[in-house]
Amino acid sequence: MSNTKAYDGPPDYRNVGIHAMSPETSHDEKARFNFLAHMNRHLASNILPGIKTAYETRVKPNNPSPNHRNQVRKALLEDSLFQHWSALRRGTMELRQQAGRWVTLRQAEELNARAEEMTKGDPRLILDPNLVLPNYLAKIDHHCMPGSYHDELVPGDVTGAANYDVGIFVTTGGGLGRYSDGGGKAVVAWVKKNRPDFAPKRILDIGGGLGQNVVPIAQTFPDAEVVCVDTGAPVLRYGLARAKSMGVENITFVQANAEDLFMFENGSFDWVQSTMFLHETSVKSMPRIMKESHRLLAKDGLVMHVEQPQYGPDMPLYEQAIRDWDAFYNNEPFWTKMHELDLDQWMVDAGFSRDELVHCSVAAVVDTTLFPEHANDDYEDYGRKAAWHIIGAEKKAA
Amino acid sequence: MTTQIDPLTLAGAKPKGKRPFFLEHKDTEKVLAVTMAVAQELAVMRERLDTVERLLETKGVTQDDIENFKPTKAQAEQRGAWIQEYLARILRIYQQEIEGLDKPDDPTSEEIGHELAQE
Repeated sequence: MSNTKAYDGPPDYRNVGIHAMSPETSHDEKARFNFLAHMNRHLASNILPGIKTAYETRVKPNNPSPNHRNQVRKALLEDSLFQHWSALRRGTMELRQQAGRWVTLRQAEELNARAEEMTKGDPRLILDPNLVLPNYLAKIDHHCMPGSYHDELVPGDVTGAANYDVGIFVTTGGGLGRYSDGGGKAVVAWVKKNRPDFAPKRILDIGGGLGQNVVPIAQTFPDAEVVCVDTGAPVLRYGLARAKSMGVENITFVQANAEDLFMFENGSFDWVQSTMFLHETSVKSMPRIMKESHRLLAKDGLVMHVEQPQYGPDMPLYEQAIRDWDAFYNNEPFWTKMHELDLDQWMVDAGFSRDELVHCSVAAVVDTTLFPEHANDDYEDYGRKAAWHIIGAEKKAA
Repeated sequence: MTTQIDPLTLAGAKPKGKRPFFLEHKDTEKVLAVTMAVAQELAVMRERLDTVERLLETKGVTQDDIENFKPTKAQAEQRGAWIQEYLARILRIYQQEIEGLDKPDDPTSEEIGHELAQE
């Protein structure tokens, strides 16, 4: 029988929160997600520490003085254990996408009809069929998700969004919580603790996808008018239906490019938020996105960008190389460049002064009776742990 | 709606972006990918069997019972621990490689045999 060690694995998939847009999942489909969550946890907890040892004992001795993370990564690529860990990690992501797509595509007609029924004629869904997709989304399918956030197999399609929602549990082993909203809840917790009097009237979430992280913000400020902007129509349709079914009525979903939010006036938002979005953009678009955030922010307003930690000079090259894995092998191409940028300088270039900048660290806020809490543990899955840094600013001048 | 979306083909669609291969021989990596997909399906089967067994303890079982079964927290932990054990079993080769990393000069049985033949 099983060992007697206290159980420290992922929770059962059946604890994932259900809403009206949730695809139906059979027993075996849930079991498949359970296996894949465990697979990711095993790769992070049981094999990744061995890669570090392999690096120290048999990779570094042949490459003793690397001066860049790319040299470390290329040396690791020659090591058998890193090769196998990489092949398994890539393969697990592909299995996850297939598993999630199977669930959603087999019931595509029902899901699309439900989304249509729940959003038809609703003024809180504003789509722009003429929107030109930014290059950073057109060129590659992020995290190996076929069709990305925007492809529509049929008019009114939401299956891509449903696939994202139904399987995100797998990548973090439940680390993002019951509704995959641990990031949004983390930001709310930070604001409540550090800015207890902050009472935003208008809130903008850019690159918000299906709104999983802005829902807890909208719930915390029910009188605020919340706008979730994304380029993908499927995620926006799905997001509005999902939010409504969770009793959240104060979010409008707008299809737009975060580089040019011409439809909103200067200084018209008290809070501009992005959560794990900037790393999916590009070096040319990011300054425009940051400038737009500055333009849209009202006096005394708060902008916050949530990302994994930057590659500072204090971060060992080995850690940087492992953190870069998703950039090179999980279709997150801008991840590597983005994490070496001087974000403070970029915020200053966008119009903020240095004394307006805010830096902090947050970890996912989850229901810890059922889901793993990564705030204070030793578990590390570089780049994927549900704990982040925030680069932000408070606008003091109008 | 008349649209027919074929999940059988589309579920396994290739994402945009060339796939990286890591192992020395591409064929080996393909076999590994197939093996892990089979491993996944065995885990699924085991979870289903576990569900049936638990239901059988109390009553006869219908397919609906299986589909709607939700383990208690303790049962879920037992099942999770089984997957951990299962992964530890099938991925043993990596564990042993890691354990051997600090013993690069670990002698082989043949080498020890030569020594013992002389001692």
